[in-house]
Amino acid sequence: MSFSVNASIVISGVVAESTPLLFAASGEYMAERAGTLNISIEGMMLAGAFTGVAVASATTNLILGLLAGVAAGLLIAAIHANFSHRLAANTFVVGLTLDALVLGATDYFATVLKPGAAKFTPVTIPLLSKIPAVGTSIFVQPWPFYLLIVVIPLTWWAIERTNWGLEVRASGENPSAADATGIRVNVRRRQALYLCGVLSGLGGAFLSLCIVGAFNFDMTAGIGFVVLAAVIFGGWTLRGAVFGALLFGAASAMGLVLPTLGTSVNPQLLLALPYLLALAAMSFLAKSHRSPRALAQPFTRGIS
Amino acid sequence: MTSLANWRPTRPTRRGRPAGSDGITPELTGAELELHGSRRADTIRMVVLYLVSVGVALGITALLVLAVGHAPSDVFSALFRGSISTPGAIGRTLDDTIPVLLVALGTLIAVRAGMFNIGQTGQLAIGGGCAAMVALKWHGPGPLVLTAALLAGVAGGALWAGIAAWLYTWRKINVVISTLLLIYIATQILDYAVSNQGLLEEPSQSQIGSLPQSQPLPANVRLPHPGSYPAFGVSLGIVLAVALLAVFIVLLSRSRWGVHLRMTGTNPTAARRFGVRVALVASGALILSGALAGLAGGAMLTGEVYRIQGGFANTFGNDGLLAALVCRDRPGWLLPVSFVFGMIRTGGNYFLATGVPNYLAQVLQGLLVLAAVFPPVYLERREWARRLKAARVLALRAAS
Repeated sequence: MSFSVNASIVISGVVAESTPLLFAASGEYMAERAGTLNISIEGMMLAGAFTGVAVASATTNLILGLLAGVAAGLLIAAIHANFSHRLAANTFVVGLTLDALVLGATDYFATVLKPGAAKFTPVTIPLLSKIPAVGTSIFVQPWPFYLLIVVIPLTWWAIERTNWGLEVRASGENPSAADATGIRVNVRRRQALYLCGVLSGLGGAFLSLCIVGAFNFDMTAGIGFVVLAAVIFGGWTLRGAVFGALLFGAASAMGLVLPTLGTSVNPQLLLALPYLLALAAMSFLAKSHRSPRALAQPFTRGIS
Repeated sequence: MTSLANWRPTRPTRRGRPAGSDGITPELTGAELELHGSRRADTIRMVVLYLVSVGVALGITALLVLAVGHAPSDVFSALFRGSISTPGAIGRTLDDTIPVLLVALGTLIAVRAGMFNIGQTGQLAIGGGCAAMVALKWHGPGPLVLTAALLAGVAGGALWAGIAAWLYTWRKINVVISTLLLIYIATQILDYAVSNQGLLEEPSQSQIGSLPQSQPLPANVRLPHPGSYPAFGVSLGIVLAVALLAVFIVLLSRSRWGVHLRMTGTNPTAARRFGVRVALVASGALILSGALAGLAGGAMLTGEVYRIQGGFANTFGNDGLLAALVCRDRPGWLLPVSFVFGMIRTGGNYFLATGVPNYLAQVLQGLLVLAAVFPPVYLERREWARRLKAARVLALRAAS
């Protein structure tokens, strides 16, 4: 095989594995800046993946499926946000329960409904797709892929350049001070979490509707937690989170790519690789361990 | 002077705060006490709220059953019949309670020290793997091998949690994240071990297409299991689990270690000033919780399943974790709550006979956990709103 073909296989693998991570990482980044260490992201992605395929195959309308996936992510976020940032329930307790609940519910409905296959067809971008190696792997993708071009800059702009983003960051850094200046901390936290739900649902639906084309039991299999690791690894900057998502996406792509290229590596090692890499990367590379100061702490306005 | 009875909310200014509220009125405590409901009313409210939330959880489950065209009453009676209607069923439920209880006990200890260990699934898998290694590879006298296997389970779980503890002390890596990621690594390690004949895989005779698994444990290295199914029977692991629970309940409430644990969890800075070796206590609690999860793996292997597969940990790790979270730092609740989790798991196996997928059990369990989380936080919130109101009244009074 020529170098160009190999490179194209590798790049397509990396793109396929990273895209869901990138969507979800943008959402998780917002949630974490607002002070939620959002563990239910795994559940949001899985719910998005299942609902996407279920609705798309039932209505034969892919766009409706994608929207349903987004709505499912939002639903999980709504439960989590109201438990944790309206009532002050422990965010890990709620998040873990939601993960378990979604896992059970998607398995339940998948067994009952047996959703069929549904997959977006790739769109070929003229001219750009002719670039050797990169062309077919990046510019021949289903259209939701190109949403990334909007989502990532928009996330950055919303957090770094708007009043809303400033309030979100303040809520994550010092909720009491934010509250004293009139910022409605829990409202901002809920909003950030809703956006995380939307983007994670989208990421999950992308996984099922654009990459796999069907729903498999527990198909996210922990990638939500890899997203968490990516945001932490990125030192709570969007740039870092995107880099982390690409890195861990590349690690999971190795599982698909290496056998195709004729290299035989232990399959278990390949499956464990993204998690190993995430741990190693967090230990060795992440220098700026400046987490939002109030990360994972519920906020209730003190009286006295 | 305005009395509280005819207090009306003032028109809120910006952000919902009445003018003149400074929020630092010293005599607030008086009004706070005035506005506290009676203790009995609180208890009644709490009980009613628990009943309502559990009712809602069961209602949603019933709707899910109706949605697929089956009768909810069939499903709930299957749950009941499969879990506690006969002595044999109770025995099975108790068998399933053992790992849940052990994992939950460890989780409670770790959470009390402020270490949010959520990787029990991985610790349990590694513990089970280590126990299987000893039990299958060492051909010694039965009781000795059995003890060694259980201890190997403890060591495996402790080691796996120890990695997270080490990453935390060395690089301040968030325990939540590291324990989570370690689950997926542990699962692959176990999978590797059971699909490799040099390690745990059963030599040849397994059919093609079946999942790789280990040989069954020889009879003399199994935990005694008096009685078997139609009659009541339970693995002796239950004695081990309940004894450990009793020991730790006493230690948590009576020992110096228990106090240090709680201090570390509630205020590490103060604990350090007090002379508590915070890092040691916290990582110790995390490792202990891993050790108990590993023991749960060992007890499951030697007391119930007898052979190990890649999916050995099943969802026992998560169940124990959720059970501990439901108990909210009250060790006395661990046994009943774990038993209920055991019931849902055992009874859930009978769902399929009514035409509903067994996965419903997991949904029911999740909903019940949410139902248990809701009442305390809701009442807390209510109480907070009431106190806020009192603070406003006092502030207004002071201003006028």
